[in-house]
Amino acid sequence: MVQIINDYGSLLLRAMGQTLLLALCGLFFACILGLVFGLLSVVKNRACNIISTIFVDIIRGVPMIVLAFYVFFGIPYLLNTIIGIRGATLTALQAGTICLALNCGAYMAEIIRAGIQSVDKGQMEAARSLGLPYWKGMRKVVLPQAIRTMIPSIINQFIITLKDTSILSVIGFPELVNSARNVVSITFNAFAVWSIVAVMYLIVITILSRMAKLLERRLNRGRE
Amino acid sequence: MAANKDNVKIHVSHLKKNFGKLEVLKDVSLDIYEGEVVVILGPSGSGKSTFLRCLNRLEEITDGTVVVDGYDITDKHTDINKVRENIGMVFQLFNLFNNLDVMGNMMLAPTELKKASKEQARENAMRLLRRVGLADKAEAYPAQLSGGQKQRVAIARALAMNPDIMLFDEPTSALDPEMVGEVLQVMQSLAREGMTMVVVTHEIGFAREVASRVIFMEGGYIIEEGTPDEVINHPKEQRTIDFLSKVL
Repeated sequence: MVQIINDYGSLLLRAMGQTLLLALCGLFFACILGLVFGLLSVVKNRACNIISTIFVDIIRGVPMIVLAFYVFFGIPYLLNTIIGIRGATLTALQAGTICLALNCGAYMAEIIRAGIQSVDKGQMEAARSLGLPYWKGMRKVVLPQAIRTMIPSIINQFIITLKDTSILSVIGFPELVNSARNVVSITFNAFAVWSIVAVMYLIVITILSRMAKLLERRLNRGRE
Repeated sequence: MAANKDNVKIHVSHLKKNFGKLEVLKDVSLDIYEGEVVVILGPSGSGKSTFLRCLNRLEEITDGTVVVDGYDITDKHTDINKVRENIGMVFQLFNLFNNLDVMGNMMLAPTELKKASKEQARENAMRLLRRVGLADKAEAYPAQLSGGQKQRVAIARALAMNPDIMLFDEPTSALDPEMVGEVLQVMQSLAREGMTMVVVTHEIGFAREVASRVIFMEGGYIIEEGTPDEVINHPKEQRTIDFLSKVL
C-alpha cells in the first residue's frame, strides 16, 4: 500500500481536487436552481407551483446515471443530428456540472420549500401589515428564519452531492473513482487502492461536516 | 377622544368573505370615524377577526367595498402597501420577527420603506419603547421576552410607522392573566390620544371603559351596535343577551 501511495498518491490527490471542483461547480448552480424552484413552489401562483413540481418530480424520478448519459451523450446527439448544430459537444466538466446542479437543485428546492413553509405564517402577515412588499418580507423576515432550519438538511445534501460526483466517472470525468479505476488496472491491487480512496472520501467529508457543525452553532448563537 | 363624525376613516359596505364554500362574512356594512375606538365582540366563529383582517386586506375580499382613508382597497389598482403603512396591526400571537432583536423589529419597516433614516428610526423606536416601558429591552430577542412584553413591542412596532389607524386582533387572548393589564393600559393611553382603533377582544371591561362604540357580531352579520352602555348594559337582541350572559 505504501508503494501505491508513493507512486500514485499525487495522482489520486489531483483526482480528489477534480472531484471537489466538480462538486463545487455543481453545488453553486444547484443553490441557484434550488432557491428559484423552492421560491416558485411557495409563491401564491398556481402556474409557478406547477412548474416547480414538474421539475422536482422529473429529476427525482430519473436516476442520476441516466441523467448523466442523457446530458453528455443525448443532448449533443440531439443538437448535432436532429437540430443540425455541428460540433455541439459538452466537456465532461460541463456535463457533470449540469447533472449535479439539476439533481442537487431539485432536492434543494424541496429543502427550501419545506424550510420556508416551516416559518409561521404570522411572520409574513406582520411584515405585510406594516406595508412591506411580499419580496421584502421574504428576504428580511422569512428567509433568514427558514435558512436556520434548513442548514442541517442543506449540509446533508451537499455531502450527498459530493459523493454523487463518483457517478460521473461514467462520462469520463477524471474524478477520484475514475482515476482510482485506472490505478487498479495498472497495479492490480484493488484492495489497497479502494481502501485509499475510501479513506480520502472519509477525511474530506468528515472535515466538511465538522466545519458545517461549527457554522450551524455560530448561526444559532445568541438565540434560544 | 370624541369621534369626529365629519371624517370617515374606514367605510365598509356590503362586505362578504368566503373561505371556499364557507361564508364567514355575509353582509357587513359599517363606518368608522376618526378618533373612534370601536370594539367588536362576538362568539368565536362569528367572523370578527376575519372582518378586521379585511380592513387591511390580509384576507382577500370576496365582495363589497372597503375604503380606508379615501383609498378603495377592494380596487385592484390601489397600492395596498401604501395603504397598509397607515394601518397598524397587532396580532393575537404577537408575530414579532424572531430573527431580529426588538430594535430590529422596530426599525425594519420604517427604514426599508424609506420613512426615516437609520438614526431617525432608532430615535423614534427608543421613544416608543420608553412609552411602552421597554426601553431596556431594545437589544433583547423576542424569545427572551414575556408575552406581555412581546405584545407591547408589537404595539410599538406598529406605531413606529406612525399610522392613523390601529387594528387589534384579540391582543390579550394569548397572554397570562397577570399580563393582560399592561397591554390594555398601553391601548387605553393610545385611545386617549385620539388614535382611531378597531379592537377585536373578549375583554368586556376594556370595551365598557374605552370603547366609543361596541359592535356585536354573530354568524357573519353585525347583530347590534351602539355605545358600550347600550350594547353591554342594555342589549336589545336576544343573541347579544345570550352571549353576554356567558362572558360576563
